[in-house]
Amino acid sequence: MAAPKVAFLLLNLISILPLLVSSFSPDRPTDRRILVVLDDLSLKSSHSLFFSSLKSRGFDLDFKLADDPAIAVKRYGQYMYDGLILLSPSTERFGGSLDVEGVLDFVDSGHDLIVSADANASDLIRNIAAECGVDFDEDPSAVIVDHSSYAVSETEGDHTLIAADDFIQSDVILGNKKIEATVLFKGIGHSLNPANSMVLKALSASPSSYSTNPSSKLSSQPPSLYGTAISLVSVVQARNAARIMISGSLDMFSNRLFRAGVQKSGSLNKYEKSGNEQFITELSKWIFHERGHLKAVNLRHNKVGESEEPSMYRINDDLEFSVEIFEWSGSSWVPHVSKDVQVQFYMMSPYVLKTLSTNGKGLYHTSFKVPDVYGVFQFKVEYQKLGYTSLSLSKQIPVRPFKHNEYERFITTAFPYYGASFSMMAGFFIFSGVYLYNK
Amino acid sequence: MAAQETSQSATFRHAFGNVLSFAVLLLIGVMAFSIRLFSVIKYESVIHEFDPYFNYRVTQFLTKSGVYDFWNWFDDRTWYPLGRVIGGTVYPGLTLTAGTLWWILNSINIPLSVETVCVFTAPVFSAFASWATYLLTKEIKGAGAGLTAAALLAMVPSYISRSVAGSYDNEAVAIFALIFTFYLYIKTLNTGSLFYATLNAIAYFYMVCSWGGYTFIINLIPMHVLLCIVTGRYSPRLYIAYAPLVVLGTLLAALVPVVGFNAVMTSEHFASFLVFIIIHVVALVYYIKGILTPQMFKVAVTLVVSVGMVLCVAVLAVLIALVASSPTKGWSGRSLSLLDPTYASKYIPIIASVSEHQPPTWPSYFMDINVLAFLVPAGIIACFLPLSDASSFAVLYIVTSVYFSGVMVRLMLVLAPAACIMSGIALSEAFDVFTRSIKFHLVGTTQNPQDNAGDATKVTQNDVKSEKSEDTVKERSSRKSKKDKENIEKPSLVSRVEKRLLVLPLETSVMAVFLLVLLGAFYVVHCVWAAAEAYSAPSIVLTSRSHDGLHVFDDFREAYAWLSHNTEVDDKVASWWDYGYQTTAMANRTVIVDNNTWNNTHIATVGTAMSSPEKAAWDIFNSLDVKYVLVVFGGLVGYPSDDINKFLWMVRIGGGVFPHIKEPDYLRDGQYRIDSQATPTMLNSLMYKLSYFRFVETDGRGYDRVRNTEIGKKHFKLTHFEEVFTTHHWMVRIYKLKSPRNRIRGKTKRSKSSLQKSGTSPSSKRSTRKRNPWQ
Repeated sequence: MAAPKVAFLLLNLISILPLLVSSFSPDRPTDRRILVVLDDLSLKSSHSLFFSSLKSRGFDLDFKLADDPAIAVKRYGQYMYDGLILLSPSTERFGGSLDVEGVLDFVDSGHDLIVSADANASDLIRNIAAECGVDFDEDPSAVIVDHSSYAVSETEGDHTLIAADDFIQSDVILGNKKIEATVLFKGIGHSLNPANSMVLKALSASPSSYSTNPSSKLSSQPPSLYGTAISLVSVVQARNAARIMISGSLDMFSNRLFRAGVQKSGSLNKYEKSGNEQFITELSKWIFHERGHLKAVNLRHNKVGESEEPSMYRINDDLEFSVEIFEWSGSSWVPHVSKDVQVQFYMMSPYVLKTLSTNGKGLYHTSFKVPDVYGVFQFKVEYQKLGYTSLSLSKQIPVRPFKHNEYERFITTAFPYYGASFSMMAGFFIFSGVYLYNK
Repeated sequence: MAAQETSQSATFRHAFGNVLSFAVLLLIGVMAFSIRLFSVIKYESVIHEFDPYFNYRVTQFLTKSGVYDFWNWFDDRTWYPLGRVIGGTVYPGLTLTAGTLWWILNSINIPLSVETVCVFTAPVFSAFASWATYLLTKEIKGAGAGLTAAALLAMVPSYISRSVAGSYDNEAVAIFALIFTFYLYIKTLNTGSLFYATLNAIAYFYMVCSWGGYTFIINLIPMHVLLCIVTGRYSPRLYIAYAPLVVLGTLLAALVPVVGFNAVMTSEHFASFLVFIIIHVVALVYYIKGILTPQMFKVAVTLVVSVGMVLCVAVLAVLIALVASSPTKGWSGRSLSLLDPTYASKYIPIIASVSEHQPPTWPSYFMDINVLAFLVPAGIIACFLPLSDASSFAVLYIVTSVYFSGVMVRLMLVLAPAACIMSGIALSEAFDVFTRSIKFHLVGTTQNPQDNAGDATKVTQNDVKSEKSEDTVKERSSRKSKKDKENIEKPSLVSRVEKRLLVLPLETSVMAVFLLVLLGAFYVVHCVWAAAEAYSAPSIVLTSRSHDGLHVFDDFREAYAWLSHNTEVDDKVASWWDYGYQTTAMANRTVIVDNNTWNNTHIATVGTAMSSPEKAAWDIFNSLDVKYVLVVFGGLVGYPSDDINKFLWMVRIGGGVFPHIKEPDYLRDGQYRIDSQATPTMLNSLMYKLSYFRFVETDGRGYDRVRNTEIGKKHFKLTHFEEVFTTHHWMVRIYKLKSPRNRIRGKTKRSKSSLQKSGTSPSSKRSTRKRNPWQ
């Protein structure tokens, strides 16, 4: 058994080798190698649609059991994977060297993560989620129950398979094609801190949903999570552009729910196929940087009429500023076209704030006059837009005052003073001559 | 025949005296230079302290880029992000002087480095200053007094403290310029020569270029002129000495970029203009008096005086209206604190915070001018015997400078030359009297009366000669007024008679001479000690002697070297303003504030950050693009001038602009405390945290050897800053601002509760380990 496995690994390695060179980098932001951590190898077949859609998009999946002692994301200080999918909700502890810190360091060094919890999720998964800003319901046995927007099925169940259609309104995250069918969800819910600007609800629960243990009776106290505060699937974009998806349901990735027909209770629309596949696939495209990744290059500035970039401007100089912004399409960089990119000329506060005009080929440019204030300024482009990686460029440039010989030499309004002083001089000269030689 | 012989021997003696004085002056120059080399010998040839580093950096720029680039230099590495126009805000005299020296040396193929030239500029100029003192005192009281004063000035500790090798500061050349300007003024006053008057204006221009203390000159000279007018000593010489100085001097002063229109706009200069008007009125009165008969004059005087009064009142009214319309009454803060010593501490904490702007203590007088303090009164008395224009100036100089030195310890430097001149006069007069009486007795007892007579004639000859020279001096000036000459001859006759009477007993004289020499010896010993021990420490390298030998603390340079090697060129370093100049000069990193305290708000921002809790401080520093924060901490080795001791000024200056910083929050029982009694605000302030972070690890209990107490909060963590470098003796600690966290955590309650729930499970230990969210 071992020998073929080694050979397979070797083969695998050889096949990856050319990809290794072009693996995750600023130039090609799409992930290539993904480690999939499973509770149970049966998931490999029960969720095969999800995995095969990833494979068909060119990802190399490396499946490992959660308690595999050889599990590791890092070797000799280098990350071996670009993305991590944790479909192991009940794992209390990973085998090998991986732990919460390891997973978070993986994210903090710019890699992407998909985490799925489920009913009875382990502390490990809950902690990873909490570190990313997602708080799962504290009651370990609680699941999301919704008595008004559940998925209609043959048997009257406990309404834990819910049909959710409250998606995040972003073409960048969920693709251009609208998701018509509702998404089936069965699992636990989580809440987000409203002050946290990095985490977004990709799929929210309906107002009538709540989180409770379906087998126990409702207590008089309201449930800890209820209504639209519940998020079913959340996405996080960290400051270093690493993307994280956190879902409360393992089943939503499964072939069963991918294929299942769906009818939301109280709705007459019945779909042959649930929206899960489209939702998960589009979301995973975003997570693995096939979409919504921007880069800015060639930040340039120069005086009007010159092409060299000066080391310093003078106050009231006219300058031109340009920057190129491209968007990753999944296979190549295409120009990003937008009308709301702005540049600031900034010294403690923006002195100039201008919207850049674009030529549609990625070049954004503008021109303005340096303010009548000297100091150390910065060109700043802060571009943060839902779904896109944030652009934050700054370039320092000092602005000096006039030199001693750059002031106007003769000022028209001062002619009376010039006249006064010159006539004074002439008068003194004449007076001296008269006084000295006219006795 | 005999008369010819005596005249011959007199010229010989005269020539010999000149050669002797020249040799003595040369030796004084050598001494003035060499006594200042202790710092080079004991430490190394290095620039000292704070401001000299800025001057050094500017000089480097000057030698590299030339005068025009220096003039237009906009420095983007200080006062980030405001920048500073160096060319227009710096007194360029020192820099130009050293730059010129360097250029001359290089062009005659003496390839000295800029630093070497800068280090030795001050000693060279102190030699010049002692020669200038000779010239000035010679004009006041003759060559003997001049030589004595020059010798005293060459080693007066007050001046040494500012001009040791390496102390490359404005004062180094400014004291020379000050004395030389005074010399030229007195010279003009004594000769009435327009040539010297012009030179005087140029010397004044050099002084204006060199130091803000030029306002002392432009106030003292008008005061003297006014004094002369009031005491009836008005003469055309006075007019020639004063009027060109005001006109040319003001025009020239306005050429210096840092002064500019201040030369006519600020009240520091108004006294000179007022006196300029008065001297013209007086000149007019004298002129009219000359052309009118006494009766006519009496009529005219009422007319002129009343018109003059009206004019003066009108001008005064305009001035007062102008001055009153400005909020600070037209005076700059530093000058106001001179007039009202409590002004600065009341209103301008940034001025009060500088130690050299504090009033001096009594011991510092003894330390800085030593025995001169006792000789000065004698000198003042000597100046009144007889009182001339020049000696009245000396008296006025000493009186005003004593007052100013009492206000600000830094102005001891202005007092020192005055004290030297006075003491020189006193010593010289005393020696004159004693040696004459000794000579009189010796000659009287051992020789026959003929010789006695001969000696007596010699003495009188000397007197006559000096009188003659005085007369020739006067003659040129007093071409117009013969009365003047007669007036002067009378008191000199009187003084000759007095001198004959001033003969003391032999033993007394010998004893007195011995005591005076002993006094001088003590002075020399004290000066050499002060130069060697007290004033030659460069303050960037510290030493301490303990039972196991000499310790050298080179932490500052260690820290700056670390910064220059381990940080990016454009990184910004925040520290209290004291260390700004050194950071830009030695580490070549951009600083937020520096020792040129031109923007109070910016300094207050840094002060606020230092006195805020970590998060608020991080926000402030981040908004200023600061990457590193540098604090100076003396608690481990007992270095008293560290940032904790300066902390009250950070709070005060910060609170002056940002009212949410309240000083009482940091005080317990009216005191800044860092021990267990300290207030929570104090213990949470950034300065406390950065100073005492990990301090408890050194000795286990956190004992601060400056404050002599155990610190209040010993174990704490930094969340927004990380320590990146601490020097060998912990004197400089450098922290880096952590970048904002990559993710935002959810409720931490989550992991806590899970800890409680799964406390028994072995796996939870690892997963619930506390993470620092700022990594």
